[in-house]
Amino acid sequence: MTGRGPASQRVTIIETGVGNTASVVAAFARLGIAAERANGPASIRNASAVVLPGVGAFGPGLAALRGGGLDSAIIDRVRAGSPLLAICLGLQMLCASSDESPGATGLSVLPAAVARFGLPASLRLPHMGWNTVSGDGPIVRPGHAYFAHSFRVSTEGVEPPEGWSIATTEYGGGFIAAVERGPVVACQFHPELSGSWGLGLLARWARTAGLEATCTIPAGEAC
Amino acid sequence: MLTIRIIPCLDVRSGRVVKGVRFQNLRDMGDPATLAAAQEAAGADELVVLDITATDEARGTRLETVRSVRAAIGIPLTIGGGVRAAEDVESLLEAGADKVAVNTAAILDPALITALAARFGAQCVVASIDCRSDPAAASGFTVVSHAGKVNAGLDLAEWAARVEALGAGEIVLTSWNNDGTGGGYDLDAIRRVRARVNLPVIASGGAATAGHFIDAARAGADALLAATVFHERPETIGDTKRALAQAGVPIRL
Repeated sequence: MTGRGPASQRVTIIETGVGNTASVVAAFARLGIAAERANGPASIRNASAVVLPGVGAFGPGLAALRGGGLDSAIIDRVRAGSPLLAICLGLQMLCASSDESPGATGLSVLPAAVARFGLPASLRLPHMGWNTVSGDGPIVRPGHAYFAHSFRVSTEGVEPPEGWSIATTEYGGGFIAAVERGPVVACQFHPELSGSWGLGLLARWARTAGLEATCTIPAGEAC
Repeated sequence: MLTIRIIPCLDVRSGRVVKGVRFQNLRDMGDPATLAAAQEAAGADELVVLDITATDEARGTRLETVRSVRAAIGIPLTIGGGVRAAEDVESLLEAGADKVAVNTAAILDPALITALAARFGAQCVVASIDCRSDPAAASGFTVVSHAGKVNAGLDLAEWAARVEALGAGEIVLTSWNNDGTGGGYDLDAIRRVRARVNLPVIASGGAATAGHFIDAARAGADALLAATVFHERPETIGDTKRALAQAGVPIRL
């Protein structure tokens, strides 16, 4: 699965130790884009396109990033506008804090607090399955995305940070489904598990790093 | 709006999809990856692969099948069958699974659910519960294990509440009265579990017609799993989803 050739021709996925990085690798493989896994700060800084996948809990996830010296490499990519795709917990770790791990400090590039869904009893927890994404960013377009999470950033009282565009989803109130600013994209949903709609998103993001998908995506999704 | 999921289940033995009534008289139904790709194309929201001989033969789920199915689909993949320990989950995730279903091993050692959820996240841990009607049980259903052969001595509603408290992220509820009969889901079992837990509940066992799916969604199921009806004609998935949408059930079309 590891890509051959120079790093400029592949996507670099941060290896977190837990979680479904195999699904992310497989999604890029379906697009004809090579992906490699890496966990060193230098490879994250020098990569042309980086995916921060995220499964697991907020505090331990951040501790793992800081332990590996990856926190500043990720923050620098966001500030510099270098291609970065953060998925699920990846988005949450870019925020300032989370109810999931009180006291733990996030990477704080997004000035937001992550909180547990406050739901009427009629709604299930976790929020698991396909829900509607509203938004019209260059990369995150409207459609159905696959979610699997219990914590989120509520849209209540949240102003989009300068220069970022926001996509939202409804589940017992609005929450942030995705934010994007140029080649930096963070999604609460899993594009790698969101069928052809998700592949379209991945292809548009990879293109910001000069990586062109070689496949044809069904269901009218533009590569 | 969060939609009701339609989930084909591939019963796999020795790397091939098989079909049988209550796991008897198995018939070869083809290559898992080929069938999985056809099912995604037909509108499947998620896929479950169940290694139906894993527990009995104590050999774990075949990783090669997981890899080939993962390469073929871009929707969530749950693997069940013979998952006993964190090492099993690790190798399944590494091969491309997104979630694992635990059944017999969780009955023998309920702490397994908590340990797996702590390490891999609750969203990764699906509690698979097999039940059979039993007038002596408080909820009218008892939990069975070892592919339906053993009465676990647990009340269905009690066990469902317990797996939620232990940290599972989802429940697959299979009725061993209805599985393989084509007579429809066990709506009473769905209602009993729904009344006790707030977790997503995936109904399983007995679906044959669009009406069966509609009835289970109305009984409170969040996702609807079926095997045989989607093996023989993957297009049935699209037909079923359109019928559900027509009936007012939120569906991803």
